[in-house]
Amino acid sequence: MKSTAAKQVLTGNRTGMQTSPELAEELIEGAASATPSSEGGPQDIADYRGEYIAEGFPIGSMPMMPASEEGEADEEEVGMSVFLDKLSERLAFERTGTRLYEALLNKCETLGEQTPGPTLEDIEHIGQEELEHFLMLNRAVTEIGGDPTVQSPCADVAGVMSLGIMQVLTDPRSSMAQCLQAMLTAELTDNAGWELLIKLADNLGYDDLKTEFESALANEEEHLLNVRNWLSECVMDSAQV
Amino acid sequence: MTLDIFKEKGTPLDKQLFTWRELVQAPTSKLDDDAFTRVRIILMNGLESEALRFSHATARMMNGDMRLPLAQIRRVEQHQQTMVNWLLPADLSPLETTIGFEQVAIEVTASVALREPDAYLAQVYRFGLLEDFDHLYRFSALMDRVMGADANNIVQNYSDIMPGRPTIVEHRAPEDNLRDHYISATADPLSKLHAITITASENQTHDYYMTIGPMFADPIARQLYAEIASIEEQHVTQYESLIDPNESPLEQWLLHEAMEVYNYLGCAQYETNPRIKEIWERFVDYELGHLHMVMELFKTIENRDPAEILPQTLPEPIDYQSHRQFVRETLNAEVDLRAAGTQFTHKDDEADRAPLSIAYREQMNSEGSPSEIVAAGYQWTPGTELTEEKSAFAKGASA
Repeated sequence: MKSTAAKQVLTGNRTGMQTSPELAEELIEGAASATPSSEGGPQDIADYRGEYIAEGFPIGSMPMMPASEEGEADEEEVGMSVFLDKLSERLAFERTGTRLYEALLNKCETLGEQTPGPTLEDIEHIGQEELEHFLMLNRAVTEIGGDPTVQSPCADVAGVMSLGIMQVLTDPRSSMAQCLQAMLTAELTDNAGWELLIKLADNLGYDDLKTEFESALANEEEHLLNVRNWLSECVMDSAQV
Repeated sequence: MTLDIFKEKGTPLDKQLFTWRELVQAPTSKLDDDAFTRVRIILMNGLESEALRFSHATARMMNGDMRLPLAQIRRVEQHQQTMVNWLLPADLSPLETTIGFEQVAIEVTASVALREPDAYLAQVYRFGLLEDFDHLYRFSALMDRVMGADANNIVQNYSDIMPGRPTIVEHRAPEDNLRDHYISATADPLSKLHAITITASENQTHDYYMTIGPMFADPIARQLYAEIASIEEQHVTQYESLIDPNESPLEQWLLHEAMEVYNYLGCAQYETNPRIKEIWERFVDYELGHLHMVMELFKTIENRDPAEILPQTLPEPIDYQSHRQFVRETLNAEVDLRAAGTQFTHKDDEADRAPLSIAYREQMNSEGSPSEIVAAGYQWTPGTELTEEKSAFAKGASA
């Protein structure tokens, strides 16, 4: 059969009611004339979900720590367990962050540097710092007796949250501005994550690590500021305002 | 195993009841449950999926006597599959689940290859094993390089992550994917159970990859799933061709039900999570109920004695443990084997003995090989290759 679709024709967005007003009217009429098969509302979903929450199964736990003499974890062990969980989360985030900026670099290399927007050098700079943070956290976890290859519960949850960001960054169709929007989500979370980790290190008395983390946060604040500005400039530019 | 499948009647079909709430229980934990619990869940989901696939295919070709009992048992199998598959948790991403699927293909096939009494069939399983072993490595590279995560958190140190028979050379013409089938009259019952088990597992793997492949945004991920799904389809072709096509549909149904009893019993025997063990035990009884119903059909419709087909007691179950040593030995000895017709040959002879496969492979790979691209220079390292500073952002890297 001879191909009739050699060139893709862009027909415009077909979503939304106004795409086809006559069909939309029929649709509204049909839905309004129907009666729900059950009474109630969105709260019914919440009630049902609540049953599962009440069962109390966790996503997972930290690896078993050696028990103290009394057989129960003391305060220090509890604190250490939480600290390792959050360290593992930041480590996972920085590791994924390195891959996210690799994807952003790939996009920028392919599309070419755009004005406004980050230069290749800008992206390389952030990417290098993400990698350095990952390596620093790897060392930190090892130094305090943890295993940097563990996927802690908070690291696992962070991985679930990052999936959408990765999907945007690795999609060949996403624009630079759309990628920057996704990276803004990552950087906002990352900044808050470092702030929390610094507070935790301080309260647990890890002064040296706290200093290293403060240095990482200073980098991250710069990343956030830059990503926010690039995004804003891109959006204003496209709106021609 | 000492279970006498002729004496143990299991749960009658009319007592095999579910509710939606019961089907959807709290899932297992990706982090805390043993990797082999996940292996068993993925395997048994595959076997239940096969139960439905076989039942539907049979129903379309059979006369009226079989259609209702097929539909009745199929109703229960559908819900068994649901209860089993829904034990996988939501934080297990599609790519992580993929790693789990490949671990099933490695460890379960290794156990089958070791236990298989027929030398030719054992060779077929070892041949397929080395291909799935390679898939684990390719998907692990994808996970590290695109998602920034470590596949070993799924395989939990039980399975090696390194190249097997390279996926790029696994592509074959149909002429080289069919194998000789066992002869039903003389084959060991275990050979029959093995063939259905591995066919089912590979078929579900194929279907899973075909479903989730388009969910990835990254073009190399989409291509890798396209490529490996194609190999899984070849594997289904290979393994299903081991089953004697001269077996009647009812005989095959009987074997399917026996295979399910055999595998649920093995799962129950090895399970470390008590909550999941209860499900395996419950389904042993359900499958015994199905088996006895089909035994009765076999007697009344075919006038044959099920004891002609089935062993009195079931063979030793699949061994749910690491087969690292066996896999490595197989890799060293047989990685260079290629298929030629229904037999195997050294790669140096492939051009002469399997020219159609060479031509087909060259065509498919002519615009690049996803499995080679994704794992270019990849060597699995604890955590991630980033610890070795393998990144565009590493010092001295030319980004």
